[in-house]
Amino acid sequence: MKTFNYHSAKDVKEASKLASSNSAFLAGGMTTLPSMKLGLASYKDIIDIKRIKKLSGIKVSGKTVTIGATTKHAEVANSKEVKKAIPSLAALAEGIGDPQVRNRGTIGGSIANNDPAADYPSACIALNATIHTNNRKIDAEKFFRGMFETSLKSSEIIEAIEFDIPQKSSYQKLPNPASRYAIVGVYVAKHKTGINVGVTGAKSCVYNDKDLSGALSNNFSSSAIDNVKVSTSGMNSDIHASAEYRANMVKVFAKKAVDAC
Amino acid sequence: MQKVSLEVNGKKVTKEVPDHTTLSGLLRDILNLTGTHIGCDTSQCGACVVHVDGKSIKSCTALAVDLDGSKVTTIEGLASNGKLHPMQEAFKKMHGLQCGFCTPGMIMSAVDLLKNKKNPNDQEIRDWLEGNICRCTGYHNIVAAVKEAASKM
Ligand SMILES: Cc1cc2nc3c(=O)[nH]c(=O)nc-3n(C[C@H](O)[C@H](O)[C@H](O)COP(=O)(O)OP(=O)(O)OC[C@H]3O[C@@H](n4cnc5c(N)ncnc54)[C@H](O)[C@@H]3O)c2cc1C
Ligand code: FES
Ligand code: FES
Repeated sequence: MKTFNYHSAKDVKEASKLASSNSAFLAGGMTTLPSMKLGLASYKDIIDIKRIKKLSGIKVSGKTVTIGATTKHAEVANSKEVKKAIPSLAALAEGIGDPQVRNRGTIGGSIANNDPAADYPSACIALNATIHTNNRKIDAEKFFRGMFETSLKSSEIIEAIEFDIPQKSSYQKLPNPASRYAIVGVYVAKHKTGINVGVTGAKSCVYNDKDLSGALSNNFSSSAIDNVKVSTSGMNSDIHASAEYRANMVKVFAKKAVDAC
Repeated sequence: MQKVSLEVNGKKVTKEVPDHTTLSGLLRDILNLTGTHIGCDTSQCGACVVHVDGKSIKSCTALAVDLDGSKVTTIEGLASNGKLHPMQEAFKKMHGLQCGFCTPGMIMSAVDLLKNKKNPNDQEIRDWLEGNICRCTGYHNIVAAVKEAASKM
Protein backbone atom coordinates (compact mmCIF):
# COMPACT_ATOMS: atom_id res chain seq x y z
CA MET A 1 0.00 0.00 0.00
CA LYS A 2 1.35 3.45 -0.94
CA THR A 3 1.76 5.76 1.98
CA PHE A 4 -0.55 8.69 2.79
CA ASN A 5 -1.12 11.22 5.53
CA TYR A 6 -3.54 9.97 8.16
CA HIS A 7 -5.77 12.50 9.91
CA SER A 8 -8.30 11.83 12.63
CA ALA A 9 -10.95 14.52 12.37
CA LYS A 10 -12.53 15.73 15.62
CA ASP A 11 -15.68 17.05 13.96
CA VAL A 12 -17.47 17.13 10.62
CA LYS A 13 -16.25 20.64 9.86
CA GLU A 14 -12.62 19.62 10.22
CA ALA A 15 -13.13 16.46 8.16
CA SER A 16 -14.79 18.41 5.37
CA LYS A 17 -12.04 21.06 5.39
CA LEU A 18 -9.31 18.43 5.10
CA ALA A 19 -11.02 16.76 2.12
CA SER A 20 -9.81 17.27 -1.45
CA SER A 21 -10.03 15.48 -4.78
CA ASN A 22 -7.06 13.43 -3.56
CA SER A 23 -8.47 12.20 -0.24
CA ALA A 24 -10.83 9.59 1.13
CA PHE A 25 -12.76 9.44 4.35
CA LEU A 26 -11.97 6.43 6.47
CA ALA A 27 -15.00 4.76 8.01
CA GLY A 28 -14.78 0.94 8.22
CA GLY A 29 -11.96 0.93 5.68
CA MET A 30 -13.32 -2.34 4.29
CA THR A 31 -13.33 -0.94 0.76
CA THR A 32 -10.77 1.86 0.94
CA LEU A 33 -7.87 -0.16 2.38
CA PRO A 34 -8.13 -3.19 0.04
CA SER A 35 -8.56 -0.85 -2.98
CA MET A 36 -5.35 0.95 -2.04
CA LYS A 37 -3.51 -2.33 -1.53
CA LEU A 38 -4.66 -3.60 -4.93
CA GLY A 39 -3.51 -0.36 -6.55
CA LEU A 40 -7.07 0.50 -7.63
CA ALA A 41 -6.96 3.74 -5.65
CA SER A 42 -4.36 5.97 -4.03
CA TYR A 43 -4.86 9.02 -1.84
CA LYS A 44 -2.69 11.76 -0.39
CA ASP A 45 -4.87 12.10 2.67
CA ILE A 46 -6.94 9.60 4.61
CA ILE A 47 -9.39 11.34 6.91
CA ASP A 48 -10.64 9.13 9.72
CA ILE A 49 -14.20 10.09 10.70
CA LYS A 50 -14.79 7.36 13.28
CA ARG A 51 -13.94 9.51 16.28
CA ILE A 52 -16.68 12.01 15.42
CA LYS A 53 -19.28 10.98 17.99
CA LYS A 54 -22.31 12.55 16.35
CA LEU A 55 -21.91 10.37 13.24
CA SER A 56 -22.70 7.16 15.08
CA GLY A 57 -25.90 5.81 16.62
CA ILE A 58 -29.49 4.78 15.98
CA LYS A 59 -32.62 6.87 16.63
CA VAL A 60 -36.19 5.69 16.17
CA SER A 61 -39.04 8.19 16.08
CA GLY A 62 -42.69 7.42 15.36
CA LYS A 63 -42.29 7.32 11.60
CA THR A 64 -38.60 6.96 10.86
CA VAL A 65 -35.39 5.18 11.82
CA THR A 66 -32.26 7.33 11.57
CA ILE A 67 -28.87 5.64 11.49
CA GLY A 68 -25.62 7.58 11.87
CA ALA A 69 -23.15 7.19 9.01
CA THR A 70 -20.38 5.45 10.98
CA THR A 71 -22.77 2.98 12.63
CA LYS A 72 -21.41 -0.49 11.96
CA HIS A 73 -23.35 -3.26 10.23
CA ALA A 74 -23.16 -5.39 13.43
CA GLU A 75 -24.73 -2.55 15.43
CA VAL A 76 -27.67 -2.30 13.04
CA ALA A 77 -28.04 -6.09 12.93
CA ASN A 78 -28.13 -6.37 16.73
CA SER A 79 -30.15 -3.23 17.49
CA LYS A 80 -33.35 -4.07 19.38
CA GLU A 81 -34.88 -0.82 18.14
CA VAL A 82 -34.19 -1.54 14.47
CA LYS A 83 -35.37 -5.14 14.86
CA LYS A 84 -38.65 -3.83 16.25
CA ALA A 85 -39.23 -0.91 13.86
CA ILE A 86 -37.90 -2.38 10.58
CA PRO A 87 -36.93 -6.04 11.09
CA SER A 88 -36.00 -6.43 7.42
CA LEU A 89 -33.33 -3.74 7.78
CA ALA A 90 -31.68 -5.49 10.75
CA ALA A 91 -31.83 -8.75 8.78
CA LEU A 92 -30.20 -7.08 5.77
CA ALA A 93 -27.32 -5.87 7.98
CA GLU A 94 -26.94 -9.38 9.44
CA GLY A 95 -26.54 -10.78 5.92
CA ILE A 96 -23.65 -8.50 4.89
CA GLY A 97 -20.31 -10.24 4.32
CA ASP A 98 -19.08 -11.97 7.47
CA PRO A 99 -18.86 -11.12 11.19
CA GLN A 100 -15.52 -9.33 10.85
CA VAL A 101 -16.76 -7.21 7.94
CA ARG A 102 -19.88 -6.40 9.99
CA ASN A 103 -17.71 -5.42 12.98
CA ARG A 104 -15.94 -2.74 10.90
CA GLY A 105 -18.01 -1.84 7.83
CA THR A 106 -20.39 1.12 8.13
CA ILE A 107 -23.68 2.12 6.52
CA GLY A 108 -22.28 5.50 5.40
CA GLY A 109 -19.28 3.84 3.75
CA SER A 110 -21.52 1.34 2.04
CA ILE A 111 -23.82 3.87 0.42
CA ALA A 112 -21.03 6.37 -0.36
CA ASN A 113 -19.23 3.59 -2.18
CA ASN A 114 -22.42 2.54 -4.03
CA ASP A 115 -21.13 -0.85 -5.09
CA PRO A 116 -23.64 -2.22 -7.63
CA ALA A 117 -23.89 -5.41 -5.51
CA ALA A 118 -24.12 -3.77 -2.07
CA ASP A 119 -27.17 -4.43 0.10
CA TYR A 120 -27.93 -1.09 1.80
CA PRO A 121 -28.66 0.89 -1.40
CA SER A 122 -31.73 -1.31 -1.99
CA ALA A 123 -32.95 -0.47 1.53
CA CYS A 124 -32.50 3.24 0.84
CA ILE A 125 -34.66 2.95 -2.28
CA ALA A 126 -37.32 0.71 -0.74
CA LEU A 127 -37.58 2.67 2.51
CA ASN A 128 -37.72 6.18 0.92
CA ALA A 129 -34.47 7.10 2.64
CA THR A 130 -33.26 10.64 3.07
CA ILE A 131 -29.48 10.98 3.10
CA HIS A 132 -28.45 13.75 5.50
CA THR A 133 -25.08 15.29 4.65
CA ASN A 134 -23.20 18.17 6.25
CA ASN A 135 -24.90 20.61 3.90
CA ARG A 136 -28.14 19.13 2.51
CA LYS A 137 -30.71 16.36 2.49
CA ILE A 138 -30.79 14.09 -0.56
CA ASP A 139 -33.57 11.69 -1.56
CA ALA A 140 -32.26 8.18 -2.14
CA GLU A 141 -33.67 8.19 -5.70
CA LYS A 142 -31.38 11.14 -6.51
CA PHE A 143 -28.41 9.96 -4.45
CA PHE A 144 -27.44 6.78 -6.34
CA ARG A 145 -26.25 7.97 -9.74
CA GLY A 146 -24.48 5.02 -11.37
CA MET A 147 -21.85 2.38 -10.86
CA PHE A 148 -19.82 3.46 -7.77
CA GLU A 149 -21.24 6.94 -8.35
CA THR A 150 -23.33 9.11 -6.05
CA SER A 151 -24.35 12.75 -5.96
CA LEU A 152 -21.88 13.45 -3.10
CA LYS A 153 -19.27 16.19 -3.61
CA SER A 154 -15.68 15.39 -2.56
CA SER A 155 -15.84 17.39 0.67
CA GLU A 156 -19.38 16.30 1.49
CA ILE A 157 -19.93 13.95 4.42
CA ILE A 158 -22.90 11.72 5.03
CA GLU A 159 -24.02 12.30 8.59
CA ALA A 160 -27.03 9.99 8.79
CA ILE A 161 -29.56 8.01 6.79
CA GLU A 162 -33.22 8.37 7.66
CA PHE A 163 -35.53 5.50 6.67
CA ASP A 164 -39.34 5.56 6.61
CA ILE A 165 -40.86 2.79 8.72
CA PRO A 166 -42.98 0.73 6.28
CA GLN A 167 -46.17 -1.21 7.01
CA LYS A 168 -44.54 -4.39 5.75
CA SER A 169 -41.18 -5.16 4.19
CA SER A 170 -38.67 -7.86 3.37
CA TYR A 171 -35.22 -8.07 1.76
CA GLN A 172 -34.26 -11.29 0.00
CA LYS A 173 -30.97 -11.89 -1.76
CA LEU A 174 -29.13 -14.43 -3.77
CA PRO A 175 -25.67 -14.03 -2.25
CA ASN A 176 -22.38 -14.61 -3.95
CA PRO A 177 -21.27 -17.72 -2.04
CA ALA A 178 -17.81 -16.30 -1.34
CA SER A 179 -18.31 -12.62 -0.50
CA ARG A 180 -22.06 -12.54 0.29
CA TYR A 181 -22.45 -9.50 -1.96
CA ALA A 182 -25.77 -9.66 -3.81
CA ILE A 183 -25.82 -11.42 -7.17
CA VAL A 184 -29.40 -10.17 -6.99
CA GLY A 185 -31.12 -8.60 -3.97
CA VAL A 186 -34.72 -7.41 -3.85
CA TYR A 187 -36.14 -5.20 -1.11
CA VAL A 188 -39.94 -4.95 -1.13
CA ALA A 189 -41.58 -2.36 1.13
CA LYS A 190 -45.25 -1.46 1.45
CA HIS A 191 -45.85 2.05 2.74
CA LYS A 192 -49.15 3.86 3.26
CA THR A 193 -48.15 6.03 0.30
CA GLY A 194 -47.17 3.20 -2.06
CA ILE A 195 -44.94 0.25 -2.76
CA ASN A 196 -41.23 0.25 -3.59
CA VAL A 197 -39.16 -2.60 -5.00
CA GLY A 198 -35.45 -1.77 -4.59
CA VAL A 199 -33.28 -4.04 -6.71
CA THR A 200 -29.52 -4.37 -6.24
CA GLY A 201 -26.87 -6.57 -7.85
CA ALA A 202 -28.80 -6.87 -11.09
CA LYS A 203 -27.72 -3.72 -12.96
CA SER A 204 -24.84 -1.24 -12.76
CA CYS A 205 -26.75 0.67 -10.09
CA VAL A 206 -29.59 0.03 -7.66
CA TYR A 207 -33.06 0.90 -9.02
CA ASN A 208 -36.73 0.99 -8.09
CA ASP A 209 -38.53 -1.57 -10.27
CA LYS A 210 -41.73 0.23 -11.26
CA ASP A 211 -43.19 -2.74 -13.16
CA LEU A 212 -42.99 -4.92 -10.08
CA SER A 213 -44.24 -2.21 -7.71
CA GLY A 214 -47.06 -1.41 -10.16
CA ALA A 215 -48.22 -5.03 -10.22
CA LEU A 216 -48.01 -5.23 -6.43
CA SER A 217 -50.01 -2.07 -5.85
CA ASN A 218 -53.04 -3.67 -7.53
CA ASN A 219 -52.62 -6.92 -5.66
CA PHE A 220 -50.00 -7.33 -2.93
CA SER A 221 -49.27 -11.02 -3.40
CA SER A 222 -46.49 -12.99 -5.04
CA SER A 223 -48.86 -14.29 -7.72
CA ALA A 224 -49.28 -10.69 -8.93
CA ILE A 225 -45.65 -10.86 -10.08
CA ASP A 226 -46.13 -14.01 -12.19
CA ASN A 227 -47.20 -12.10 -15.26
CA VAL A 228 -44.59 -9.33 -15.01
CA LYS A 229 -41.85 -9.63 -17.60
CA VAL A 230 -38.46 -8.54 -16.19
CA SER A 231 -36.38 -7.41 -19.14
CA THR A 232 -32.72 -8.42 -19.52
CA SER A 233 -31.86 -4.99 -20.84
CA GLY A 234 -29.16 -3.38 -18.68
CA MET A 235 -28.71 -6.51 -16.56
CA ASN A 236 -25.15 -7.41 -15.54
CA SER A 237 -23.65 -10.48 -17.09
CA ASP A 238 -20.50 -11.91 -15.53
CA ILE A 239 -18.89 -15.12 -14.24
CA HIS A 240 -21.47 -15.29 -11.46
CA ALA A 241 -24.64 -15.03 -13.54
CA SER A 242 -25.82 -14.18 -17.03
CA ALA A 243 -28.24 -11.32 -17.74
CA GLU A 244 -31.07 -13.82 -18.39
CA TYR A 245 -30.43 -15.57 -15.09
CA ARG A 246 -30.31 -12.30 -13.19
CA ALA A 247 -33.57 -11.10 -14.77
CA ASN A 248 -35.26 -14.29 -13.69
CA MET A 249 -33.77 -14.07 -10.19
CA VAL A 250 -35.15 -10.54 -9.78
CA LYS A 251 -38.59 -12.06 -10.21
CA VAL A 252 -37.92 -15.09 -8.03
CA PHE A 253 -36.49 -12.99 -5.18
CA ALA A 254 -39.23 -10.37 -5.49
CA LYS A 255 -41.76 -13.16 -4.98
CA LYS A 256 -39.84 -14.49 -2.01
CA ALA A 257 -39.74 -11.01 -0.51
CA VAL A 258 -43.51 -10.51 -0.94
CA ASP A 259 -44.20 -13.91 0.62
CA ALA A 260 -41.93 -13.04 3.56
CA CYS A 261 -43.63 -9.65 4.17
CA MET B 1 4.90 8.78 11.25
CA GLN B 2 2.29 8.18 13.92
CA LYS B 3 2.61 7.24 17.55
CA VAL B 4 0.44 4.24 18.41
CA SER B 5 -0.20 2.87 21.90
CA LEU B 6 -1.92 -0.47 22.25
CA GLU B 7 -2.31 -3.17 24.83
CA VAL B 8 -1.32 -6.38 23.06
CA ASN B 9 -1.98 -9.65 24.90
CA GLY B 10 -2.00 -7.76 28.19
CA LYS B 11 1.25 -5.83 27.57
CA LYS B 12 1.34 -2.11 26.87
CA VAL B 13 3.27 -1.18 23.74
CA THR B 14 3.97 2.18 22.13
CA LYS B 15 5.56 2.42 18.67
CA GLU B 16 6.17 5.05 16.01
CA VAL B 17 4.88 3.64 12.71
CA PRO B 18 4.36 4.94 9.16
CA ASP B 19 0.76 6.18 8.65
CA HIS B 20 -0.16 3.30 6.35
CA THR B 21 0.91 0.53 8.76
CA THR B 22 -1.84 -2.03 9.20
CA LEU B 23 -2.51 -3.76 12.49
CA SER B 24 -1.29 -7.05 10.97
CA GLY B 25 1.93 -5.33 9.86
CA LEU B 26 2.51 -3.92 13.32
CA LEU B 27 1.87 -7.29 14.97
CA ARG B 28 4.00 -9.36 12.64
CA ASP B 29 6.83 -7.10 11.50
CA ILE B 30 7.33 -4.86 14.52
CA LEU B 31 6.15 -6.94 17.49
CA ASN B 32 7.24 -10.28 15.96
CA LEU B 33 3.86 -11.86 16.72
CA THR B 34 3.83 -13.98 13.58
CA GLY B 35 0.98 -16.25 14.72
CA THR B 36 -1.37 -13.80 12.97
CA HIS B 37 -1.16 -14.90 9.35
CA ILE B 38 -1.56 -12.95 6.13
CA GLY B 39 -3.34 -14.85 3.36
CA CYS B 40 -5.09 -12.51 0.95
CA ASP B 41 -4.15 -9.20 2.63
CA THR B 42 -7.43 -7.73 1.34
CA SER B 43 -10.05 -8.81 3.93
CA GLN B 44 -11.32 -11.92 2.15
CA CYS B 45 -9.71 -14.93 3.87
CA GLY B 46 -9.72 -14.34 7.64
CA ALA B 47 -6.21 -15.72 8.33
CA CYS B 48 -5.41 -12.43 10.08
CA VAL B 49 -8.37 -12.30 12.50
CA VAL B 50 -7.56 -10.92 15.96
CA HIS B 51 -9.68 -9.41 18.71
CA VAL B 52 -9.79 -5.65 19.20
CA ASP B 53 -11.59 -4.52 22.35
CA GLY B 54 -13.19 -7.96 22.53
CA LYS B 55 -14.48 -8.15 18.94
CA SER B 56 -13.01 -10.12 16.05
CA ILE B 57 -11.72 -8.09 13.10
CA LYS B 58 -9.47 -8.66 10.11
CA SER B 59 -6.18 -7.10 11.12
CA CYS B 60 -4.95 -6.70 7.52
CA THR B 61 -7.76 -4.20 6.94
CA ALA B 62 -7.34 -1.89 9.92
CA LEU B 63 -4.75 0.85 10.30
CA ALA B 64 -2.66 0.57 13.45
CA VAL B 65 -3.03 4.29 14.14
CA ASP B 66 -6.81 4.04 13.84
CA LEU B 67 -6.82 1.57 16.76
CA ASP B 68 -4.73 3.75 19.07
CA GLY B 69 -5.73 3.07 22.67
CA SER B 70 -7.31 -0.35 21.96
CA LYS B 71 -6.77 -3.74 23.56
CA VAL B 72 -5.65 -6.39 21.08
CA THR B 73 -5.62 -10.15 21.61
CA THR B 74 -3.82 -12.37 19.11
CA ILE B 75 -3.50 -16.16 18.90
CA GLU B 76 -0.36 -15.86 21.07
CA GLY B 77 -2.49 -14.35 23.84
CA LEU B 78 -5.03 -17.17 24.16
CA ALA B 79 -3.06 -19.72 26.16
CA SER B 80 -2.60 -18.93 29.82
CA ASN B 81 0.13 -20.24 32.13
CA GLY B 82 1.32 -22.65 29.46
CA LYS B 83 -2.15 -24.16 29.11
CA LEU B 84 -3.86 -24.07 25.73
CA HIS B 85 -7.20 -22.28 25.43
CA PRO B 86 -10.11 -24.79 25.20
CA MET B 87 -10.60 -23.78 21.54
CA GLN B 88 -6.95 -24.57 20.74
CA GLU B 89 -7.25 -27.84 22.64
CA ALA B 90 -10.40 -28.73 20.67
CA PHE B 91 -8.78 -27.98 17.28
CA LYS B 92 -5.93 -30.30 18.29
CA LYS B 93 -8.22 -33.06 19.55
CA MET B 94 -10.67 -32.98 16.60
CA HIS B 95 -8.00 -32.53 13.89
CA GLY B 96 -9.42 -29.13 13.03
CA LEU B 97 -6.31 -28.29 11.04
CA GLN B 98 -4.26 -29.66 8.20
CA CYS B 99 -1.53 -27.26 7.06
CA GLY B 100 -2.49 -24.87 9.85
CA PHE B 101 -2.35 -21.68 7.83
CA CYS B 102 -5.94 -20.63 8.43
CA THR B 103 -5.97 -21.92 12.01
CA PRO B 104 -5.06 -18.80 14.02
CA GLY B 105 -7.82 -16.83 12.28
CA MET B 106 -10.31 -19.70 12.59
CA ILE B 107 -9.61 -19.99 16.30
CA MET B 108 -9.84 -16.25 16.99
CA SER B 109 -13.07 -16.05 15.03
CA ALA B 110 -14.54 -19.13 16.75
CA VAL B 111 -13.66 -17.79 20.21
CA ASP B 112 -15.62 -14.64 19.35
CA LEU B 113 -18.56 -16.78 18.23
CA LEU B 114 -18.75 -18.57 21.58
CA LYS B 115 -18.76 -15.19 23.34
CA ASN B 116 -21.91 -14.34 21.40
CA LYS B 117 -23.52 -17.76 21.37
CA LYS B 118 -22.73 -20.46 23.93
CA ASN B 119 -23.99 -23.52 22.05
CA PRO B 120 -24.09 -22.84 18.32
CA ASN B 121 -25.41 -25.50 15.94
CA ASP B 122 -23.55 -26.57 12.78
CA GLN B 123 -25.25 -23.99 10.59
CA GLU B 124 -24.55 -21.17 13.04
CA ILE B 125 -20.89 -22.17 13.18
CA ARG B 126 -20.65 -22.28 9.39
CA ASP B 127 -22.39 -18.92 9.07
CA TRP B 128 -20.10 -17.32 11.61
CA LEU B 129 -16.97 -18.70 9.93
CA GLU B 130 -18.11 -17.31 6.57
CA GLY B 131 -15.12 -14.95 6.48
CA ASN B 132 -12.53 -17.63 7.30
CA ILE B 133 -11.36 -19.63 4.34
CA CYS B 134 -9.51 -22.94 4.71
CA ARG B 135 -7.43 -23.70 1.62
CA CYS B 136 -7.14 -27.32 2.82
CA THR B 137 -10.97 -27.39 2.95
CA GLY B 138 -11.02 -29.02 6.39
CA TYR B 139 -14.32 -27.44 7.34
CA HIS B 140 -15.95 -30.59 8.66
CA ASN B 141 -13.43 -31.05 11.47
CA ILE B 142 -13.26 -27.32 12.11
CA VAL B 143 -17.00 -27.31 12.85
CA ALA B 144 -16.54 -30.40 15.03
CA ALA B 145 -13.73 -28.64 16.92
CA VAL B 146 -15.86 -25.56 17.61
CA LYS B 147 -18.66 -27.80 18.93
CA GLU B 148 -16.20 -29.68 21.11
CA ALA B 149 -14.87 -26.40 22.51
CA ALA B 150 -18.43 -25.17 23.16
CA SER B 151 -19.12 -28.29 25.22
CA LYS B 152 -15.99 -27.64 27.34
CA MET B 153 -16.32 -23.88 27.83
C1 LIG C 1 -15.05 -9.62 2.32
C2 LIG C 1 -16.08 -8.53 2.18
C3 LIG C 1 -17.42 -8.89 2.00
C4 LIG C 1 -18.40 -7.91 1.87
N1 LIG C 1 -19.69 -8.31 1.67
C5 LIG C 1 -20.66 -7.39 1.52
C6 LIG C 1 -22.00 -7.77 1.32
O1 LIG C 1 -22.37 -8.95 1.35
N2 LIG C 1 -22.93 -6.79 1.14
C7 LIG C 1 -22.59 -5.47 1.17
O2 LIG C 1 -23.46 -4.63 1.00
N3 LIG C 1 -21.33 -5.07 1.38
C8 LIG C 1 -20.35 -5.99 1.56
N4 LIG C 1 -19.08 -5.56 1.79
C9 LIG C 1 -18.80 -4.11 1.90
C10 LIG C 1 -18.68 -3.63 3.34
O3 LIG C 1 -19.77 -4.08 4.07
C11 LIG C 1 -18.63 -2.10 3.56
O4 LIG C 1 -19.91 -1.57 3.65
C12 LIG C 1 -17.98 -1.37 2.49
O5 LIG C 1 -16.72 -1.97 2.29
C13 LIG C 1 -17.77 0.13 2.75
O6 LIG C 1 -17.95 0.57 4.07
P1 LIG C 1 -16.76 1.08 4.98
O7 LIG C 1 -17.37 1.66 6.20
O8 LIG C 1 -15.76 0.03 5.18
O9 LIG C 1 -16.18 2.29 4.10
P2 LIG C 1 -14.71 2.77 3.78
O10 LIG C 1 -13.93 1.72 3.08
O11 LIG C 1 -14.09 3.38 5.00
O12 LIG C 1 -15.07 3.95 2.76
C14 LIG C 1 -15.56 3.66 1.45
C15 LIG C 1 -15.80 4.96 0.67
O13 LIG C 1 -16.86 5.69 1.25
C16 LIG C 1 -16.50 7.01 1.58
N5 LIG C 1 -17.15 7.32 2.86
C17 LIG C 1 -17.16 6.56 3.99
N6 LIG C 1 -17.92 7.13 4.93
C18 LIG C 1 -18.42 8.27 4.39
C19 LIG C 1 -19.28 9.31 4.88
N7 LIG C 1 -19.80 9.26 6.12
N8 LIG C 1 -19.57 10.34 4.05
C20 LIG C 1 -19.05 10.37 2.81
N9 LIG C 1 -18.25 9.45 2.29
C21 LIG C 1 -17.93 8.40 3.07
C22 LIG C 1 -14.98 7.00 1.66
O14 LIG C 1 -14.47 8.28 1.29
C23 LIG C 1 -14.61 5.92 0.66
O15 LIG C 1 -14.51 6.45 -0.62
C24 LIG C 1 -18.06 -6.52 1.93
C25 LIG C 1 -16.71 -6.16 2.12
C26 LIG C 1 -15.75 -7.13 2.26
C27 LIG C 1 -14.33 -6.69 2.47
S1 FES D 1 -5.15 -11.65 5.33
FE1 FES D 1 -6.64 -10.46 6.29
S2 FES D 1 -8.44 -11.33 5.53
FE2 FES D 1 -6.94 -12.38 4.39
S1 FES E 1 -5.68 -26.04 7.45
FE1 FES E 1 -4.66 -25.46 5.66
S2 FES E 1 -5.70 -23.66 5.15
FE2 FES E 1 -6.92 -24.44 6.71
